[in-house]
Amino acid sequence: MRWRYLKQSVFFGLVSASALIITLVLGGIIFYIITNGYSVISLDFITKPPTDSMTKGGIMPAIIGTIYLTVGAIAIGLPFGIASAIYLTEYARQGKIVRIIKIGINCLAGVPSVVFGLFGLGFFVIFLKFGSSILAGSLTLGFLILPTIIGASEEALKSVPQTFREASLSLGVSKWQTIYRIVLPNALPGILTGSILGIGRAAGETAPIMFTAAAFFTAKLPSSIFDEVMALPYHIYVLATAGTNIEATRPIQFGTVLVLVGVVLGIDLIAIIIRGYMRRKKRW
Amino acid sequence: MTRRIKEIIIKYIFFLFALVSVIVLGLIVSSLFREGLPVFKSVSLKDFIFGMEWYPTYDPPSFGIFPLIFGSFIVTVFATVIAVPLGVLAAIYISEIAPQAIKESLKSVIELLAGLPSVVLGFFGMVIVAPWLQETFDLPTGLNIINASVILAIMAIPTISSISEDALYAVPNEFKEASYALGATKYETITKIILPAALSGISTAVMLGMARAIGETMVVLMVAGGAAAIPESIFDSVRPMPASIAAEMGETPYGSPHYHALFAIGMVLFFLTLMFNLIADYASHKFRQTGSATL
Repeated sequence: MRWRYLKQSVFFGLVSASALIITLVLGGIIFYIITNGYSVISLDFITKPPTDSMTKGGIMPAIIGTIYLTVGAIAIGLPFGIASAIYLTEYARQGKIVRIIKIGINCLAGVPSVVFGLFGLGFFVIFLKFGSSILAGSLTLGFLILPTIIGASEEALKSVPQTFREASLSLGVSKWQTIYRIVLPNALPGILTGSILGIGRAAGETAPIMFTAAAFFTAKLPSSIFDEVMALPYHIYVLATAGTNIEATRPIQFGTVLVLVGVVLGIDLIAIIIRGYMRRKKRW
Repeated sequence: MTRRIKEIIIKYIFFLFALVSVIVLGLIVSSLFREGLPVFKSVSLKDFIFGMEWYPTYDPPSFGIFPLIFGSFIVTVFATVIAVPLGVLAAIYISEIAPQAIKESLKSVIELLAGLPSVVLGFFGMVIVAPWLQETFDLPTGLNIINASVILAIMAIPTISSISEDALYAVPNEFKEASYALGATKYETITKIILPAALSGISTAVMLGMARAIGETMVVLMVAGGAAAIPESIFDSVRPMPASIAAEMGETPYGSPHYHALFAIGMVLFFLTLMFNLIADYASHKFRQTGSATL
C-alpha cells in the first residue's frame, strides 16, 4: 500500500520538475539576455545607424526594416487569412473542395520556414523579378503566417454560438449582414489574439528573409518596396557568425537580441492579455 | 434580387481568398521543382540522396547529401529524446495536477517559449551552451550535435507540450471517475487510464514536434558546427539540410548546379516534413478517442 503512494510521490515529483525546468529555461534565457543587453540599450542605440563597420553606433535601420517587413506580412496574411477562415466556417459546404483547401492549409502550416525562403527566392525574387526587396520578403512572411491566422480565425468563428446566427437569419437578415454584424464582432477578440501571435512570429523569423529581403548593411533607408532592408533577426545572425569582429560587436549583438526579444515577446504578451481579458468578459 | 446577387458575389470573393492558400502551396511545390529538378542533369537521384560527399564548390563538384540528411536526423532524434519526456510530463502537470493559477501562468510560459525567435535561441546556444560544452568536456568546439539537439529540444517542447495537453484535457471525465471509484490512486489513473486514452493526441504532438525540429534552420545553422560528414560521436559537428541551404544560398550563383542542388535539398526537406505532418494527421484521426463509449 505504501509502495503505491511512494510511486505516486516520485511521479508527481518528476512531473513538477519538468514544468519547473521549462520555466527555468525560459526565465534563464530572458534573464541572461536582459542582464547582458540592457547596458547597451540607449536612445542612440535605437535611433542611430551603425558606424565603424558595425562595431559602434545603433541599429535603427534594422528596426525600421523589421517594421516594414512585419507590416507588409500583416497586409498580406491578415486579409487572406481572415477571409479564408470566413469562407471555410461560414460559407463552405463540407465537400471535396473544402477538404482539399483544408489539407492545403495543414500542409502549408508544416512547411519549414527555410523552404518558404526558397519559395520566395525562386518565385518572387527571380520568377517575378521583384529582386531581394521589402515586397518579396513581406509576401514570403505573409504566406508563412497565413495558416496560423486561418487556424486562429476558424477557432474564433466556430466559438460563436450557432443560435446567434439563427436568431439573425430568422429576422430576415442576409447571410453577409449576419456575418458582418453578428459573427465577426463576437469573433474579433479571438481572431486578434491568433493574428497577433502570427505577427510576433513574422517579426522574429530569419530564414524566410535571408534570401528574399535582408541585407547586411544598407547605406540609406529604403525608399521603395523594391529596396533591400536590414532586419533585426538577420542583423543578429550576421554579427554573431559572419563578421570579422565577432568579439568586438558582442555588446551590439546582445543589445539587438534584447530589442528583438522585447518586440516579439511584447507582441505575444499583448495577445495573451487580450485573451485573458476576453475570457473574463465573455457573455455566453 | 440585387441583394441576392450581392450575397453570391461576396460568397465567391471569400472562396477566391480561401483558394489562395492552396494556390500558394502549389506554387511552393512548383517553385521547388522548377529550381530543384535541374540538378539531376548533373547527378543521379541515387547519388544525390546516398552520395557521401557534399563538395558543391569543387571542380568537378560532388552533390551527395547523405551526410546532410544524416545530420538532420541525428539532431532531430536527440532533440526528440530530450523534448518528449519534458514536454509530455509538463503537459501532465498542467492538465492533471497544477492548481488553477499555476496552470494559467505555465501555459503563458510555454507560449512565450514558443514565441522566442529561433535566431535568439541560436545565439544563446553560441554564446552560452557552446563555451560551456567546450570547457566542460575539453572539446575543440562547442558547436556540435549535442548543443544543436538541446536548443532544438527547447524549440520543440512548446509544440509537444501544448498539443499533448489538449489531448489529455479531451479525455472524458467519466474515465477518471470510474478509475477513482475502483480505488485507483491518481498516479494509477494518470498512467493507466488517461495516458492510454490520450495516446493518439500525444503521438500527434511528438510527430509535429519532430517536424518542427527537422525543419528548423537558424539553430542548426548557428550551433551545429557545419561539418558535412558522418559524425562519430555526439560531440562532432554536423551540417543538417536547412543549415546547408541557408549557409550556401547566399554565395551561389543563380542557375548553377549548386543553386539547383540547394533547391533539391529543399524538396527533400519539404517532403520529409510533409510526411511527418501526414503521419501526425493520420494518428490523430485513426486512434481518436471520440467519446466514452468507443473505448
